[in-house]
Amino acid sequence: MVAQWFAGEGESFRLLGTRCARCAAVHFPREDDFCRNPGCGGRELVEVALSRRGRVWSYTDGRYRPPEPYVSDPELPWEPYTLIAVELEAERMVVLGQGAPGVTVADLEVGMEVEVVSGVLHEDADTVWTTWHWRPVGVTA
Amino acid sequence: MTGEVAVLGAGMHPWGKWGRGFVAYGTVAARAALADAGVDWRDVGSVVGADTVRGGYPGYVAGATFAKALGWQGARVASVYAACASGAQAIATARAQLLAGLADVVLVVGADAAPKGFFRPAGGDRPDDPDWLRFRVLGATNPAYFALYARRRMAVHGDTLEDFAQVKVKNAALGALNPHARYRKAVSADEVAASTVVADPLRLLDICATSDGAAALVLSTMDFARRHGVADPVRIRAVSTVTPTYPNTVLDLPDIATDSAAAVPPGERTFRASIAHAAYEEAGIGPDDLSLAEVYDLSTALELQWYEDLGLCGEGEGAKLLRDGTTSLGGRIPVNTSGGLASFGEAVPAQAIAQVCELTWQLRGEAGGRQVAGARVGLTANQGLFGHGSSVIAVR
Ligand SMILES: [Zn+2]
Repeated sequence: MVAQWFAGEGESFRLLGTRCARCAAVHFPREDDFCRNPGCGGRELVEVALSRRGRVWSYTDGRYRPPEPYVSDPELPWEPYTLIAVELEAERMVVLGQGAPGVTVADLEVGMEVEVVSGVLHEDADTVWTTWHWRPVGVTA
Repeated sequence: MTGEVAVLGAGMHPWGKWGRGFVAYGTVAARAALADAGVDWRDVGSVVGADTVRGGYPGYVAGATFAKALGWQGARVASVYAACASGAQAIATARAQLLAGLADVVLVVGADAAPKGFFRPAGGDRPDDPDWLRFRVLGATNPAYFALYARRRMAVHGDTLEDFAQVKVKNAALGALNPHARYRKAVSADEVAASTVVADPLRLLDICATSDGAAALVLSTMDFARRHGVADPVRIRAVSTVTPTYPNTVLDLPDIATDSAAAVPPGERTFRASIAHAAYEEAGIGPDDLSLAEVYDLSTALELQWYEDLGLCGEGEGAKLLRDGTTSLGGRIPVNTSGGLASFGEAVPAQAIAQVCELTWQLRGEAGGRQVAGARVGLTANQGLFGHGSSVIAVR
């Protein structure tokens, strides 16, 4: 569904963006056609792995079931998920993601170090949709 | 600095959940604005409609829809879509037509019948749409973004839940005085605190609802206003419709990441601050000149952010401004005298127009119990999804 946004497993799991060969601007989600820097216009965009760790810019949770196209089983009681916006120092950008399962707002603070890990967004009998999660560094649950 | 246009008439359909169609609401608002202006519909040279893709009418909510409902009379027509900034772009289109001499009188209308519950993107698998992606990949609703800003303010500026609740208390008290508002009763801080958490740290009463509603304006050239016998009309002096500047470094709806500032350093102002700045520049005034402001309080915490983005105070001082009463009725710069979205709820294509209706009534001294004494200059601020700025400055 979101092709080539992330790759790798375990310790080598990374978010993937693209970097402009002309001006070095980084794009996530990936931009493959034109650099978005208005002073550049470069067209050579190279895939790049984003920093594995960053610091919490802000966070929240979702206490109610979001509407479609979010996929959730209406037969099951709603389990709030956490959303974490993470500042990546090298890229100088903020990337939003769900917290790893079990991470609640009580576990988080602005400025805390987190790392990207692979996770499952949704699965049914036929398919497992994978995604990225942010997890506080040092938590291995 | 461009020329001014006159606001001859303002009208609304009361906001709420009425179970009727947007055309009915818009027509009521349009007829009210025309009656207020004392202008016959057949003398209107152009009609501009603010579109909506909500409520199952993608692309159909056009100027012509309202022109048909009012009775075809051959007017020039335009329709604009800019999400929550649609109303401001409709006003900008009308103003451009008036200043270019394409029409003497223009009717601007925005109306919607909002769907129940969370806003959601249109159907189908559309991974090329950032609005679709944030729901599909993250389940990130609008309240989730409002909550991210709120939590960030608490961490960086020391804002408290009580500060956020006091925004609701202020706006609900003003909305109680507004016959067009959906919610017309006072709310206490305890009631805000007791309402359920939607997206931590925000409660249900921190977040605006969705509503049905409509608002309309009759704008004219200054010459027409004078010929029409209105020597001293409310005048629109600036309309800001700016886009962000790269790199846009504040995470914002509907994006799931900011631009990277690795190649280009961020500019002097955030996007929200640049919206007001463009309006100030065009009007040739500054924040100290304002008598009142109508800002886009999607959440209580966001209203505090706007105080800073409008330059009413320094960064991080928004809560202080609220606490000392500066933004309450009777304070130096009352904000959201209409009751704001807290009291109206969202009717997307109508809300930026509704903000200008409030300025109009305030600047005429017709705002009743919520009147700002001696109001001379008012500003609206709003922001549309996908990078649409919206701010209008009106003067008397
Ligand atoms: Zn570039």
